[in-house]
Amino acid sequence: MTTSTKTDTLLLWVFALATLFGPIILAPFGAGYPDLLQKFAIFGIFAIGFNLLFGLTGYLSFGHAAFLGVGSYTAVWSFKLLSMNPIPAIILATLLGGLFALVIGFITLRRAGIYFSILTLAFAQMSYNLAYSVLTPITNGETGLQLDQADPRLLDTAFGIEYGAALPVSSLFGLDMNQTWTWDFMGWEIQLNAGFYVCAVVLILCFWIAMRIFRSPFGMMLKAVKSNQNRMNYTGLNTRPYTLAAFVISGCYAGLAGGLMAVTDPLAGAERMQWTASGEVVLMTILGGTGTLLGPVLGAGAIKYMEQIFSAFNKPELLDFFSFLPTAIAEPLVSVLALFVGEGWHLTLGVMFMLIVIFLPGGLMEGFNRILGLFNRRRGAAGKHPAKTPAAAE
Amino acid sequence: MGILEVQNVNKRFGGLKALHEVNLTVEEGTVHAIIGPNGAGKSTLLNCFVGRLKPDTGSVVFNGTSLLGLKPHEINQAGVSRVFQTPEIFGNLSCFENVMIPAFARRDGSFTLNAVSRLSGERSIQEKAMHMLEDLNMGDKAGVQADQLSRGDKRRLELAMCLVQEPKLLLLDEPTAGMSRGDTNTTVELLRTIASRGITMVVIEHDMHVVFSLAQKITVLAQGTPIAEGLPQDIKGDPRVQEAYLGGAHL
Repeated sequence: MTTSTKTDTLLLWVFALATLFGPIILAPFGAGYPDLLQKFAIFGIFAIGFNLLFGLTGYLSFGHAAFLGVGSYTAVWSFKLLSMNPIPAIILATLLGGLFALVIGFITLRRAGIYFSILTLAFAQMSYNLAYSVLTPITNGETGLQLDQADPRLLDTAFGIEYGAALPVSSLFGLDMNQTWTWDFMGWEIQLNAGFYVCAVVLILCFWIAMRIFRSPFGMMLKAVKSNQNRMNYTGLNTRPYTLAAFVISGCYAGLAGGLMAVTDPLAGAERMQWTASGEVVLMTILGGTGTLLGPVLGAGAIKYMEQIFSAFNKPELLDFFSFLPTAIAEPLVSVLALFVGEGWHLTLGVMFMLIVIFLPGGLMEGFNRILGLFNRRRGAAGKHPAKTPAAAE
Repeated sequence: MGILEVQNVNKRFGGLKALHEVNLTVEEGTVHAIIGPNGAGKSTLLNCFVGRLKPDTGSVVFNGTSLLGLKPHEINQAGVSRVFQTPEIFGNLSCFENVMIPAFARRDGSFTLNAVSRLSGERSIQEKAMHMLEDLNMGDKAGVQADQLSRGDKRRLELAMCLVQEPKLLLLDEPTAGMSRGDTNTTVELLRTIASRGITMVVIEHDMHVVFSLAQKITVLAQGTPIAEGLPQDIKGDPRVQEAYLGGAHL
């Protein structure tokens, strides 16, 4: 086994353990509750998939929310027609996300650069508007697609699974997705949620697949597409199928993420397809570190965490927080800061995004690598042996 | 019958006749130079060989198959590799990866969804790429990002990328353009070594010193038309060639 494979195996283990112990690790930060943890995992998957396209080939898609929405609708339909079991739902969501990506990618990948971005954006907005208007029989328009007691659920009926009078919840062979075990651990309330663990296992699997793609000849070809398409053509490589394959894989990831959203909360609305959702995944990827393995997951976590923290804050809490200051200072200070919290938390996100892009163009991962580099240099100087460059933290 | 047969090729850009009735035969295993003053149509002709441009009329036949209408990657897969005037390399990949990519292209064809195997497990490709780099004295630069190389090394890397494909025909577009005299001499030596292994080459070049020390056959283009063809010593003394170069383009 070469060193790089060893590092990768280690990274995968650390990632898997960190994900599975997420509810415990994040509890002290006030992020250990199921709703937020599920978002971390789901948007992590979405961002990993987006990064496989944008990070490796450099094609910036502004329409990935369309695949997310398709995944959600597919999963809810699978609940309605087939079974409340999440497994067929997420498999179908992945496949349909990929199929959609195949069609849209086939058309949009004729262009590169800004034209590609605009084309994908146009397709996503078209899907969004269709979901609201013409496709209402499939999407249930503004109300969103919901479960109904009268749904056929053919597979469930065939296996004799009954849900009684209550609205059914998705359940993995009897394990309800909204079931949570609480547990008191050193004063923190740890919440272990079944839905989160389904998402976590899928996330680890997705991370592993992405890692294999990064380290494969195919992954290297995708990096070559980003680097120099002209040279690729004159080297006997056809770039179109490579970009299309990356687009479809990325669409599968988005569909899967959308499916998991429906698994944790069986409801699908058209707003998931809106361009703001496409923009969010771009921000996550860039914030975390484009083209790195871990970056997109970190970026997704950072943005969802900030959303939670800053949008929960409001003027009264701020006043309370600065109560030690004289009123003459506290009042104006709070009125300025209040713009950045609550409804205006996007302002904080914007400021942070600008700072990262200007000072750390490689995202959070570049920050970590710089810190690691500093640390290694110091240790190398002290120990009189040459420090190896930190290639590990990818 | 040569490995590359060009017959009656014409190419117009609007009112400009870039190529006019070009006939050319490249014999297998030789170095064939195409020279001529600026704007003579040398690069246009080369672009017609690799599928970047399509001649208006005429035929380009390589190894028995017509290249007309083929895409650049199909022409490469048929066995034609090209070195550009400004080196076209994968700037943000390492030199080693730069050479592995063409090696994969040769082995696996123009597209393979090879996402299951690990790069680190592709022993034969790795050995081939490393051997190629060492062959061109770049073994110590395998881990260097291609962007960081000097101009001369970038050219050397591009050559390695072409050679690892074991091309039947290697096209070189001004391989020493913009190089210092020292770099030029090293490159010429390198190209002579490559030529001595029997690889057919077509070289476009301005530098007469380079042309006469490399080529076995020379075609002189002026205003899109071949005006002379022959052995280096014949071309040197040909009055038409001297006129094209020195007398300028009178009508």
